[in-house]
Amino acid sequence: MELVDAIINVLNSTIRLSVPLLLACLAGLYSERAGVFDIGLEGKMLAGAFAGAAAAAVYGSAWIGLVMAVLVSVGLALVHGFASITHRGNQIVSGVAINFIAAGSTIILGQAWFNQGGRTPSLPAEGRFGAITLPFAEQLRDVPVVGHIYSGLLSGHSLLAYVAFLAVPFTWWVLFRTRFGLRLRAVGENPAAVDTAGISVTWLRYRAVICTGILTGLAGSYMALSQNAGFVKDMTAGRGYIALAALIFAKWKPVPAMFACLLFGFLDALSIRLQGTPLPIVGRVPVQFMQALPYVLTVILLAGFIGKAIPPRAGGVPYVKER
Amino acid sequence: MAEAAIELVGINKSFGTVHANRDINLVIERGSILGIVGENGAGKSTLMSILYGFYQADSGEIKVGGRPASIRTPNDAIALGIGMVHQHFMLVQNFTVIENIILGAENEALLKRSIANARSELERLEREYGLEVDPDAIIEELPVGLQQRVEILKALYRGADILILDEPTGVLTPAEADHLFRILGQLKEQGKTIVLITHKLREIMAITETVAVMRQGTIVATRKTSDTTVEELAELMVGRRVLLRVEKGAAKPAGVKLSVSNLTVRDSRGVTMVKDVSFDVRAGEIVGIAGVAGNGQSELLEAISGIRRAASGTVLLDGKPIDVTGHVDPGELRDRGLAHVPEDRHHVGLVLAFEESENSILGYHDKPQYLKGPFLDLDAIRADAREKIAKFDIRPPNDRLKTANFSGGNQQKIVLAREMEQDPGVLVVGQPTRGVDVGAIEFIHKQLIAMRDSGKAVLLVSVELDEIRSLSDRILVMFDGRIVGERTPDATEGELGLLMAGVEKQEAAE
Repeated sequence: MELVDAIINVLNSTIRLSVPLLLACLAGLYSERAGVFDIGLEGKMLAGAFAGAAAAAVYGSAWIGLVMAVLVSVGLALVHGFASITHRGNQIVSGVAINFIAAGSTIILGQAWFNQGGRTPSLPAEGRFGAITLPFAEQLRDVPVVGHIYSGLLSGHSLLAYVAFLAVPFTWWVLFRTRFGLRLRAVGENPAAVDTAGISVTWLRYRAVICTGILTGLAGSYMALSQNAGFVKDMTAGRGYIALAALIFAKWKPVPAMFACLLFGFLDALSIRLQGTPLPIVGRVPVQFMQALPYVLTVILLAGFIGKAIPPRAGGVPYVKER
Repeated sequence: MAEAAIELVGINKSFGTVHANRDINLVIERGSILGIVGENGAGKSTLMSILYGFYQADSGEIKVGGRPASIRTPNDAIALGIGMVHQHFMLVQNFTVIENIILGAENEALLKRSIANARSELERLEREYGLEVDPDAIIEELPVGLQQRVEILKALYRGADILILDEPTGVLTPAEADHLFRILGQLKEQGKTIVLITHKLREIMAITETVAVMRQGTIVATRKTSDTTVEELAELMVGRRVLLRVEKGAAKPAGVKLSVSNLTVRDSRGVTMVKDVSFDVRAGEIVGIAGVAGNGQSELLEAISGIRRAASGTVLLDGKPIDVTGHVDPGELRDRGLAHVPEDRHHVGLVLAFEESENSILGYHDKPQYLKGPFLDLDAIRADAREKIAKFDIRPPNDRLKTANFSGGNQQKIVLAREMEQDPGVLVVGQPTRGVDVGAIEFIHKQLIAMRDSGKAVLLVSVELDEIRSLSDRILVMFDGRIVGERTPDATEGELGLLMAGVEKQEAAE
């Protein structure tokens, strides 16, 4: 029974740790499928987390925090769009710039407003998205296996976690069953075809980056308003980049993206779980090694195991009408 | 006179200082096929882009069906029944045929019903025009001819009455081109109006009723196709008399310069493309290799010029072997006097991002005349480039201009100048006039003849049968990797055509 509990425990934290990755990964998917590479997921998440935590702290409402997080994140996404769609700038440079702006400004503003060394004040319960207990979770708790999975694994997450996982089939449906999705995929492959079909490439790509902004806002909100009770400087800690890696790993497809994020979340959860625990044969492993594990495996997986990942063909290339 | 489908009145369009279209007046009759010919950069594509709403004219008026029309976006053009098949297909490569067809013409937010509609509409178009294509096939898996058919279907699905085709045969094999012409004929029978933009005069003569000739942004003449000749059209396009048939004296072949024996070459997939081929090229003659594209000519050229490793066989240059089955250094071949003008000048022949002067010495850049110690002698290189520009009439005459900004014909002249001016003993040339204007073709042909007359050996590979016939002193025909026959240039087109189709080979086997 102890083993089952331990497994449920690791899987549970896998889900928790996967949520921000998943939201960021889907965010990147919208943008990159439309042909706009976005290395600035990290920065948008961070800015979203800060804006969400700050607003929730001031107004005492998680929902106001969420709205602010999304607004700020969409704002940054529009900056990226303005630079790379309207002005055809380099998408990598623009994305990196956004990451720097977010990393720097969140600390400065946090210090100026709250005077807590770049942190935001700790949030009260109503300023956070608390755990939702699914119906009958309490009654089923003691049923073997099914009950464990339902009550221990599926129940008890924040609203945003459920949103993240529901966003996976929703994104699939949008991409492959709607007009918007068809055009979005087309503009990432061959914008000239979209243009000659009488559709505005610019407007279509802007809509894609807005989707990205909304989702990175949700990712930031989850980190600041659910996982933690407030903003801590650099709290995204490279998750935006891991999400990008997951996106490539998943070959820009929503359902594989979910599994990729769960895998990275699992590695993260495992490393936390195994910290300080003596392992068979190798014995006690230094904490730093366990913390490096997800990143080491990321490199190995990306280098060797995914086969050829073909990005959207027009990705990274600004659209210029040819003469 | 039939009713006008489209009337263009006084169209002007400038890009910066370039006056791309100047006072264009043109009437396109309903239910006819109009050809627009002109050299690259004459303004044909610009004019059609204006008609399709891709650009706006600076001044002038477009009338569709007699009424003035404002065409500001492709949507406006589509609504007026104008469809366009672009030279570079506007297809999403990893989408299915049906997804490409509905893109931009989906009638509601969800795809399901649009796809169902398109499916039945496709069936109708298939019945009506014989335009068969599998709606669920992925575009990149289809041959070019079928991809083009999808483009035509796209236009018809949007209800196009007027179909503009921009250089439609540039990427097609002769058989695919013939098929396209039959389709266009059928569309015309059904009352569609067709505009064909091309610089290939043979096509114009084959299927158009009227032809408009453009030069330097203006329409210089409009003719009934039945009242004109290829010679007249060529002259109108270039603005001076053009010799379509090269004038040359008899060849004076001397000793063997290049000798190929039992050469077998496989392509990158491992398919044997060149099968046991043997021939000689002598000094002072042009040997032409004719054949439909894809019958091993490209691989043969690549093996001889050291780009691709041969599976077996020997090649002798001036009696000394080239290690074609082992490692060949193309630079060493150049030193030994074998110059190569590759078939694909964009990928193999030039670095498009380089300046003209840099490309004009590429591959010869380690010759002492271009070096000053360990450094490039830029002054010498540029002086040398300017000399070549003058000699080969490369336009614009600017050795500092990025190579990408030259037209196809002038890019080809840059490659030819580079290879010919090193005074090689053997010149191996692939598709010397592919995508090149009529005027430049004449010049290139003259240069090749001059090479021959100065006692060089020239091996010419071309899919243009006319070119092979007018330049070669001996013609070898390749089919399915083998040389299936040798003919003199007097051989009729029909005779060569049969050989190229492999007919004689079958008869011999029976």
